[in-house]
Amino acid sequence: MDSKKDYYILGIESSCDETAAAVVKNGREVLSNIISSQIDIHTLYGGVVPEIASRKHIERINQVVDEALKEADMKPEELDAVGVTYGPGLVGPLLIGVSFAKAFSYAANVPLVGVNHIEGHISANFIENPELEPPFLCLVVSGGHTHLVRVNDYGKYEILGMTQDDAAGEAFDKVARAIGLGYPGGPKIDKVSKEGDPDAIHFPRAHVGDSEYDFSFSGLKSAVLNYLNSMEMKHEEIVQADVAASFQKAVVDVLVQNSMKALERYGDKTFAIAGGVASNSALRAAMEKACEERNIRFCHPSPVLCTDNAAMIGAAAYYDFMAGSRAGLDLNAVPNLRLGER
Amino acid sequence: MKILAVDSSGLVASVAILEDDVLLSEYTVNYKKTHSQTLMPMVDEIARMTELDLHTLDAIAVAGGPGSFTGLRIGSSTVKGLADVLHIPVISVPTVDALAYNLAGASGLVVPIMDARRSQVYTGIFEYDEKNELITHMEQCAIAITDLITRLNEMGQKVTFLGDGVPVSKKVIMETLNVPYTFAPAHISRQRAGAVGALAQKYYKEGKYTDPSEHRPDYLRKSQAEREREEKMAGAANA
Repeated sequence: MDSKKDYYILGIESSCDETAAAVVKNGREVLSNIISSQIDIHTLYGGVVPEIASRKHIERINQVVDEALKEADMKPEELDAVGVTYGPGLVGPLLIGVSFAKAFSYAANVPLVGVNHIEGHISANFIENPELEPPFLCLVVSGGHTHLVRVNDYGKYEILGMTQDDAAGEAFDKVARAIGLGYPGGPKIDKVSKEGDPDAIHFPRAHVGDSEYDFSFSGLKSAVLNYLNSMEMKHEEIVQADVAASFQKAVVDVLVQNSMKALERYGDKTFAIAGGVASNSALRAAMEKACEERNIRFCHPSPVLCTDNAAMIGAAAYYDFMAGSRAGLDLNAVPNLRLGER
Repeated sequence: MKILAVDSSGLVASVAILEDDVLLSEYTVNYKKTHSQTLMPMVDEIARMTELDLHTLDAIAVAGGPGSFTGLRIGSSTVKGLADVLHIPVISVPTVDALAYNLAGASGLVVPIMDARRSQVYTGIFEYDEKNELITHMEQCAIAITDLITRLNEMGQKVTFLGDGVPVSKKVIMETLNVPYTFAPAHISRQRAGAVGALAQKYYKEGKYTDPSEHRPDYLRKSQAEREREEKMAGAANA
């Protein structure tokens, strides 16, 4: 390929409750990044309802894509490729993006690239750190995923550890509900924790037996619920901010510990975080401090690129595209798609 | 006028290209439900066979519901993606009406029945007048098969049934329907994109089409979560 040519990729993302489209130049430069969030609707139900999410995606997809193209001043035919999230995620929502992207790329006569959602989150770091290149270590933490990944090269991943049960973001949601903060739990716990004492209550730091980098958060969640019950039985006052801050610290401690252990083992000098929970201020601060102490460069995307978005899909699609990856018209949604699988 | 038509509302996946009063191509598969993998390759296949230049299409038609929620969305997302790039409108044809159009010109009542689960069928009651225009006696809806049979017994006319609801409803029809009836033969008994397209041509002339961004399936039903939430809130209001 001509190395001087610029490549423009339309990214499309619909794996959960965000309908998103973006145009990304050469995998790093965001020309547009449109996100239509459904969070208000799902808040009524205390979490994402797949059928409702699917219905909303199909109502919004054209407007979101059209706006992304308009803002980037591109016509469909001028694109070099369309990249779409085909997993992991909720099957109904995924199918909207996949079906739309296949038809759109077919009519525009441009190649289609299927993108792994987690690969997208990791690639968000390429956007805001222009000089970032593999190899590096990355922690992906969101409502659905908790992965400690070594990025050996573009598109080449080694999963070092993952959660054995709940994702970190899921634990935030469940604990937030239990202490009456409601959905979405992540930002709410982050906010209220600023008023609380993170050492007020000691919750367990779960370590998974034989796997040094794996995570487990369901035990921690149960410990919080047990604490709340016992306080109620004793008619003692529950300090919401203290519970939130102490729970958050327990999550952050484990995430930092496992990440630092892996950094030492692999000798990497660069560490990145990604995913919705990567916006959490306590996690960022703790990672920043731990990296500084070890003289390790710490990368993190800004909040808009941590949440589900399509710019990250466009960035990941660029590297897949350059490596020769192309999806056929039979591309399907793969809800349990693993990182590194095709 | 050239139209591409798509129906993935049920077990059948079907695509067709129509030019004025000619069906140029139709591809219908009723074998395992893998619409997300098969629908676009089918569109590509008939487009190649008829040397279709997509930019010569005037509109894209889709069976707009009811049907399988996922199936409807695969069809609708596909036509929304195509029509977006081609800058042409989407024509949403009610699934039950399109099924009835399989039997254009039939005498007596035409009654499509689709399995709607939760002990209901998606159905409607239709008839063709002397000019072969479709008359709607009962618009498409989700009702219990027993209610449909009561209505048909009251109407007292001959009925032809078709649709994927026939196998599950056959027994109760045979036991409780008092009017003469038949079941449509195999080649016209399920969704056909040709019928969707032919009906869409009429809609197009009547100006019944939408911008692709405005199109959404007509599910005829709310999601389970919405229903349960409404029931809960109604319950709380009555309490």
